[in-house]
Amino acid sequence: MAKLVANDIPDGSYVNLGIGIPELIANYVPQGREVIIHTENGLLGVGPAPAPGSEDFDLINAGKKPITAIKGACFFHHADSFAMIRGGHLDFTILGAYQVSQNGDLANWSTGSPNDIPAVGGAMDLVQGVKNVFVIMSHTTKDGNPKIVKKCSYPLTGIGVVSRIYTDLAIIDVTNQGLKVIKLSPGIDKDTIINKTEAELIF
Amino acid sequence: MINKVFKTPNEAVADISDGATIMIGGFGEAGSPIELIHALIDQGAKNLTIISNNAGSGHVGLAALLEHKRVKKIICSYPKTAFSEVFPDLYCNGEIELELVPQGTLAERIRCGGAGIPAFYTPTSVGTPLAEGKEIREFDGKSYVLEYALKADFALVKAHQGDRYGNLIYYKTARNFGPIMCMAAKVTIAQVNKIVEVGDIDPEIIVTPNIFVQRIVEVANPLHEHVLVSQNKKYPWTE
Repeated sequence: MAKLVANDIPDGSYVNLGIGIPELIANYVPQGREVIIHTENGLLGVGPAPAPGSEDFDLINAGKKPITAIKGACFFHHADSFAMIRGGHLDFTILGAYQVSQNGDLANWSTGSPNDIPAVGGAMDLVQGVKNVFVIMSHTTKDGNPKIVKKCSYPLTGIGVVSRIYTDLAIIDVTNQGLKVIKLSPGIDKDTIINKTEAELIF
Repeated sequence: MINKVFKTPNEAVADISDGATIMIGGFGEAGSPIELIHALIDQGAKNLTIISNNAGSGHVGLAALLEHKRVKKIICSYPKTAFSEVFPDLYCNGEIELELVPQGTLAERIRCGGAGIPAFYTPTSVGTPLAEGKEIREFDGKSYVLEYALKADFALVKAHQGDRYGNLIYYKTARNFGPIMCMAAKVTIAQVNKIVEVGDIDPEIIVTPNIFVQRIVEVANPLHEHVLVSQNKKYPWTE
């Protein structure tokens, strides 16, 4: 999945990567493309993971993992970092999700359970400001419940903000007409995906 | 002569009173002024309101300040991090108040606090539980939520180098909230790895202009939170 997403990011893009699976995308940028990766804690130009033993805990990503900085990278404070985000300067953000709805609503910060410690980070800023919001997630929950739903049951991160969903089963665009399947994964047929999706799909 | 240098973290935080609002820099451990926080624990001020992106990890630094019940309220974007044990316990037991703020809104509220802007409209959080009860206004057909500036009595920040005027430069992603918190507090206390002579830092590369800093203290070899956490250390040190 991370490889598929990386393939769809054009040369010259500015990209923010969320915590978890999205972090892997940096490893799959095709040769010959220059993509500048932004991390909201204050760096444009995230490089590959550091070699073991050479980690610098003052050089970390949004997931608080040690990273490196490429040549030409720059550091900045949080108000500038979120001006880049909210101000519409970034081309793509790639985020994980609990649920995405038919009209592109995203729920990815809280399950709403009373035992859940609420924590939001930069997700609500990213979905409002970045030009293209891509979600990368498993098509269903561990229990097999659909994550692409008619209406999100979890607390929202933003309304109508998602532009594309990458799952293990398909790539789906959020369009004005609804959710349009633009690619099925090898071995997956229409019926399988319809069965595993609560929302209406267009083919 | 202007000399904002304090000899020790303990002297630098000595007058922080009960009930103070304190901004604490850092994103995780990067930029967290751990020696200043430990000095604040030693000093004993309580009933504090803390403004910080996270809520600490393990039992050192910010987590230790919380663990010693010095904090009544935290204004924060992400209180749940790996190895954060103290905050979840306090929160679940109702022993600390949490105001959860999206990270960019937190940064802008702090920036505005320092820049003389009382409030602003942002698209962030519109339509979510975090906008409930807040004023919504439309501009050019899009909805925005009203958010208020944040100010503080004190800011505790960590920078790389500074001088006796209070000019600061930072190190890599440890810059994060430092520059804006320096602007938003009545008294900013900066710990730096090295205090250099006035004029040694190229004026073209100074990140925080000295007017925003009131006190500066050198901590040559600051502790590393991840090392202390991996050793399961607790502050105050037991041995």
